[in-house]
Amino acid sequence: MPANPQLNANGELQHLLSIEGLPREILAQILNTAESFAGVTEREVKKVPLMRGKSVFNLFFEASTRTRTTFEIAAKRLSADVINLNVAVSSQSKGESLLDTVANLSAMQADVFVVRHASSGAPYLIARHVKPHEHVINAGDGRHAHPTQGLLDLYTIRHYKKDFSRLIVAVVGDVLHSRVARSLIHGLTTLGVPEVRVIGPQTLMPAGVEALGVRVFHDMRAGLKDCDVVVMLRLQNERMSGPLLPSAQEFFKNFGLTADKLALARPDAIVMHPGPMNRGVEIDSPVADGPHSVILPQVTFGIAVRMAVMSIVAGN
Amino acid sequence: MTSKLPDAEALLPALAAQLKAAVTPASAMIGLHTGGAWVAERLHPLLGMKDPLGLMDIAFYRDDYAKEGLKHDPKKTRIPFEVEGRDLLLVDDVLYTGRTVRAAMNELFDYGRPRSIALVVLADRGGRQLPIEARYCGARIEVPASKKLRLKRAANGKLSLEFEDAS
Repeated sequence: MPANPQLNANGELQHLLSIEGLPREILAQILNTAESFAGVTEREVKKVPLMRGKSVFNLFFEASTRTRTTFEIAAKRLSADVINLNVAVSSQSKGESLLDTVANLSAMQADVFVVRHASSGAPYLIARHVKPHEHVINAGDGRHAHPTQGLLDLYTIRHYKKDFSRLIVAVVGDVLHSRVARSLIHGLTTLGVPEVRVIGPQTLMPAGVEALGVRVFHDMRAGLKDCDVVVMLRLQNERMSGPLLPSAQEFFKNFGLTADKLALARPDAIVMHPGPMNRGVEIDSPVADGPHSVILPQVTFGIAVRMAVMSIVAGN
Repeated sequence: MTSKLPDAEALLPALAAQLKAAVTPASAMIGLHTGGAWVAERLHPLLGMKDPLGLMDIAFYRDDYAKEGLKHDPKKTRIPFEVEGRDLLLVDDVLYTGRTVRAAMNELFDYGRPRSIALVVLADRGGRQLPIEARYCGARIEVPASKKLRLKRAANGKLSLEFEDAS
């Protein structure tokens, strides 16, 4: 069996590249540690000295506000020094290769690289080339994975539902292009959620998605029935006018989450969204702002989850 | 070897009696996970303090993170009262190098500025590496450096001190 590139020789998390392939124990360790950090983020002094003297480089080859900001806050609350590089407008545009960029930052004594890249697998490439004391965290690579978003979704579900073993979770929308969906589905099945559903039009469903252990629905009303958790995915603007969809209005009619569709789920269902939301496309405003919505708590939990991931990998 | 160790259950009432005389209206208690929390859970009801017991895990303040990383899932620190201006009784099970207590004091000051902190331990095994001493101590026990002194809690809640081989 090839070694898992995320784990060190002792089976500990050295890089976080994907939820896929991580044992249940490591997922539980991250969620438990995040719970303790959530306590820190509720204090007046929201900072612990754990990563004092360490340097975290936010390496974003693709635009992001929320993810980059929450990684920055997380690193600062761990007392690390944070350096934000918006690489899209720096060296790469001058022709520097990915590995040369990383080698230069490594020469500036980096400890953690937080990497977002439009190409699937870019964080793996970096992880293969960094020094033993350096750690890579995938902050989203192409269509492949967005593990910290998946982990904060898992944290949110555990926070509100306590136990994974009796849940029905639906992931709705553009599953085809969503790295968030992929990461979350792997996490849910690893943690023992008995029924994970994906809901969306045929054209936005990856071929062979059933192999991930999910039930596929093309009728949203049927798919939402009795769900405990509804995860809406963002419909990326650039897809709306493409050949995969007739129109945003048509999509909203069939797959937009409205109060009357949500009424088919369990009365205590929670509604999640990784952001940024397109109101009136995949989610109706009264639902986004309604009593079932936990979309803003997700953002808050994301900080504690990223503190946990950073402090675990940087310590191994 | 175990026979030489004092009975942890017998140490508790004596320790509570020492504390009783020291409790002020501003007193509050914090136990350190995990053994110190067990001791504090037993002492706290005997002292009639108005605030509930606080529990603290010092994992995020350890001084050996660079070497050891985060090996165990830390518990959530819960301090259900204002620390500012209080006389804190900080409770641990076994006092050894003093590093846990240093970390605990660092964490406490991120909650506020207590008026005083007094250290309460069930057992002091010597071997200090920092200038820290317990004001209230259940027993002083000689322990060779090759051994660990551990507090155990049985299913029925009974506490006992045991030797373990240091890893």
